[in-house]
Amino acid sequence: MRVDFTKPAGIQRKQYRDFVDRISPKPNVLVNVIWAFLVGGLVTTIGQGLLTLFLAAGLPVLEAGAMTAVVLIFIAALLTGLGVFDDIAKYAGAGVIVPITGFANSMVAQAMEARNEGLVLGVGARLFTIAGPVLVFGIVVAWFAGLFYFLFR
Amino acid sequence: MIFAMAFVVGGLICAVGQLLMDLTNHKVTPAHILVGFVTAGAALSALGLYQPLVELAGAGALVPLSGFGHILTQGAIRGVERDGLLGVFAGPLEAAAAGITAAIVFGYFFAILFRPKG
Repeated sequence: MRVDFTKPAGIQRKQYRDFVDRISPKPNVLVNVIWAFLVGGLVTTIGQGLLTLFLAAGLPVLEAGAMTAVVLIFIAALLTGLGVFDDIAKYAGAGVIVPITGFANSMVAQAMEARNEGLVLGVGARLFTIAGPVLVFGIVVAWFAGLFYFLFR
Repeated sequence: MIFAMAFVVGGLICAVGQLLMDLTNHKVTPAHILVGFVTAGAALSALGLYQPLVELAGAGALVPLSGFGHILTQGAIRGVERDGLLGVFAGPLEAAAAGITAAIVFGYFFAILFRPKG
């Protein structure tokens, strides 16, 4: 059944919504999740390889972790610039979005699109369209955690 | 062994992100995913629940954005231990400084160097 135009408007609206839900293409959730798991696992395993490498080179744990993040961010930013990141993300979805690679991608992708709006309000501002909220929420939560630790340790 | 755990745990964290997007008909966007995971990671870290995952899975827990939240919170705690109240303010960004600077510099550089496809 589609929309019965003899019914009251509220019922018509509900019928229309049901109709749209039925004919909209459903994402193949299982396939997407398997892709995300495999590619996400691959990205974090590459991260582990870098981490192990930096630790073996004699860096302390925190510094090795930071260098790992720097290298992954460099790779993700470069692949975004080359347009390759989008091709991977089409299949991998959250597999490349959830890792730190997604953070780097969000910055380059937004800024690149805004080139013609200038270097200040275009590139400079758009780098933080998504990275800004990420930093805001992360820092606010960490700040509260630090404050509680200071007061109640 | 740490590589196997990094793969499985990292993969599972990403799978959760994919489910959040797919099961909400993509009303949860990648931006929400990034913000949600950094917030969750920072909060779990404050409760002491994230460090065990890092010890178990290494980069499997550190590379997802929840690991970034963990780094921010641990930075705040280390800051307090070193500098007291000032550390609450300085600690989070000190811990995350390298990653944030890399993202800004490489991001700016590549955004200027390349043109969007199509």
